[in-house]
Amino acid sequence: MIPDLGKYQDTVLSAYGISLLLLAAIIGLSIWRARAVKRQLDATEARTNKRQ
Amino acid sequence: MSIWKYANPTQFMRTSAWLLPGLSVLAALCVATGLVWGFFFTPDDFRQGSTVKIIYLHVPSALMAINAWLMMLVASLIWLIRRHHVSALAAKAAAPVGLVMTVIALATGAIWGEPMWGTYWAWDPRLTSFLILFLFYLGYIALWQAIETQDTAADLTSVLCLVGSVFALLSRYAVNFWNQGLHQGTSVPVATGERSVADVFFVPLVFSMVGFGLLFVALVLLRTRTEIRSRRLHALLARERAADTRVAPNTPPSESPTS
Repeated sequence: MIPDLGKYQDTVLSAYGISLLLLAAIIGLSIWRARAVKRQLDATEARTNKRQ
Repeated sequence: MSIWKYANPTQFMRTSAWLLPGLSVLAALCVATGLVWGFFFTPDDFRQGSTVKIIYLHVPSALMAINAWLMMLVASLIWLIRRHHVSALAAKAAAPVGLVMTVIALATGAIWGEPMWGTYWAWDPRLTSFLILFLFYLGYIALWQAIETQDTAADLTSVLCLVGSVFALLSRYAVNFWNQGLHQGTSVPVATGERSVADVFFVPLVFSMVGFGLLFVALVLLRTRTEIRSRRLHALLARERAADTRVAPNTPPSESPTS
């Protein structure tokens, strides 16, 4: 499946591994925080509307 | 139609909600195409062997690390001159994405450098200016976190962004300013068009660069939307606390329901 990377296999795979991990982390964290803040805001707005 | 209408948070939320799904799909497609094509379907370089495949991560991330800071510079200037909150929040939202791009560029550069230069790191002009850019990103994010008053934080981080822009530009042109060090010049000079990369490597690289650019825009839109919501959330919570205080003026702070 993985192409023959010769003697640089570890070098190339570690570069891809670290980069994809970092990209996944920033994407995952951004989506997680977006959902968490939206959930909190919806709950707060609902509470505020009920009070008025 | 004026561009400044997007400085209105409601308008920004409406437009970004419309743009975000399409941009995200396009970014995912371009990044996947660039990386899969580059990793699986390009040959080894006659000199660098299979390490040439690192170019599909290193060049786009380095490009976005610098461009992210330049985008923050524009947003900071808009904040300082026109006081549009959305621009300050967009700069704040872009910083962690730029930081990740800088870390990827530094990490892949070090990993690539070891077999090619015989060292992970050298105090080369471009490498050093990139390291300083990384420190500026850390400082910028820390400054936003350290100051409670959002407008003051936006003011101070904008000034920091102006100063850091020197290093963002320096990291782009360091090879031209100081013709020494290990790092080569740019492989894809936009101005002259005289690129040193063969077509077989260049086409997937373009996909990867476009993909990283779109990914950056999509992430910044998503994170700016979050910052706008977070700001509204804090305003509502503050209003609630103030209302609670008015309802029970004689209640000591320690017995307040929100404390």
